[in-house]
Amino acid sequence: MLRVLAKLLLGVLVWAFLASVLQAQTGAAEKPLSDPALERRALALHREIRCLVCQNQSIAESNADLARDIRQLVRERLGAGDSDAQVIGYLVERYGDWVLLKPPFKAATWALWLAPVGVLLLAGLAVFAWYRRSGGIRPVAALNEAERRRLREILDDGNDA
Amino acid sequence: MSEPERGKGKGDAASPAGRRRWMPGLLPLVLFVVLGGFLYQGLFLKPREIPSALIGRPVPDFDLPALPGRLPGLAAADLKGAVSLVNVFASWCVACRAEHPILMRLQQEGTVVIHGLNYKDEPRAALGWLERFGDPYARIGADRNGRVGIDWGVYGVPESFLIDAEGNIVCKQIGPIDEHSLEVRLLPAIRAASAGQPVTC
Repeated sequence: MLRVLAKLLLGVLVWAFLASVLQAQTGAAEKPLSDPALERRALALHREIRCLVCQNQSIAESNADLARDIRQLVRERLGAGDSDAQVIGYLVERYGDWVLLKPPFKAATWALWLAPVGVLLLAGLAVFAWYRRSGGIRPVAALNEAERRRLREILDDGNDA
Repeated sequence: MSEPERGKGKGDAASPAGRRRWMPGLLPLVLFVVLGGFLYQGLFLKPREIPSALIGRPVPDFDLPALPGRLPGLAAADLKGAVSLVNVFASWCVACRAEHPILMRLQQEGTVVIHGLNYKDEPRAALGWLERFGDPYARIGADRNGRVGIDWGVYGVPESFLIDAEGNIVCKQIGPIDEHSLEVRLLPAIRAASAGQPVTC
C-alpha cells in the first residue's frame, strides 16, 4: 500500500516538474477565448495570417514565438470588439500586405492575380492565330483525269506485296 | 494543274510574305530572353526580407520603461528633435553580437544617437550583456512582451530603424548591420536625414 502511494507521489512530482519545464520553455500559456464564437473567428483569422518567421506557414501552424504573440494579439483585438477586417487591417498597417497569406486584389497585385489567366488567354490566341494562318483545311479543286490516273498509279503501287 | 492553297506565308525570306514566315520562330527566343531576365533578377532578390510598412510614417506611439538601474527609458516623444537610430536587440540574439562593434563605433564617433529597444528579454540578462559587450545606447526601452515591437513591425532580431528629426521612420535595416550595408545604405541615409533631405533607403 505504501509502495503504491510512493509511486503515485513520484508520478505526480514528475508530472509537475515536466509541466513546469514545458511551461517555461513555451513562455506564457496560450489562452483561448472563453467565448466559443469569438475563438472560432480567432482560429479562422489565424489561418489567414502568415507567420513572418517561417513565412510559408500560417500563424495557426507555426511554433514561432512571434506567431504565438500575434495569435494572442488577434484574440485580444477580437475580445475588444474589432471586426475581422479591423484585425487584419491592424496587422497590415504594421507589417504590410505580405502578412496575409492570400495577396489582396489591388492595383499593385493585378499582374500577380491576372497573369495566369492572361497567359492562358494569350496562348489560346496564339494557337488560334497559327491555325488560321496555316490555312487549316481548305477545299481543293477536283482532280482532273490525268491527276486521277496518277493517283491510282501511286495507290496501286503501294499495294504491292 | 491546280495547286492546293497553303495560305499566306510563302516566298523567300526577303519578301514581306517570307518575313512573316520566320517571325513566329522568333517568339520562343523572345520569351526565353524575357523569362531569363526575370529569373536573373530573381537571383538577387531577398524574399525573406519584408520591406517595412512604416517607412515615411511617424514612429508608433509607445512609452517603455527603462531596464532596472539603467535609466532612461524610451518613448515616442524622445525620437523627435534629432536624427536617431533605434536598434532592436536582445541578450539571446546571436546576430546582435555581430553588429555590436559597429554600433559601439558609431556611438564613439558621434555619427548618430543610438537608442535601444530591448525585445522580449530578461532585464538581468540584458544588463549583463551590455556590461559584457558595451553599451552604445543613449536610451533603452524594455519591451518585455514584444508588443511595442509588433507596433514597429519587428519580426526578427536585430533590426534597426533610422528616425529623422521629425520623428518619422525613414529607413529600416533588417538583420545585423554590416560594413557593407553601413557604407552603402545607412551612412548615406544618416547624412541625408541630418541635412534635412529626403532619404533613399
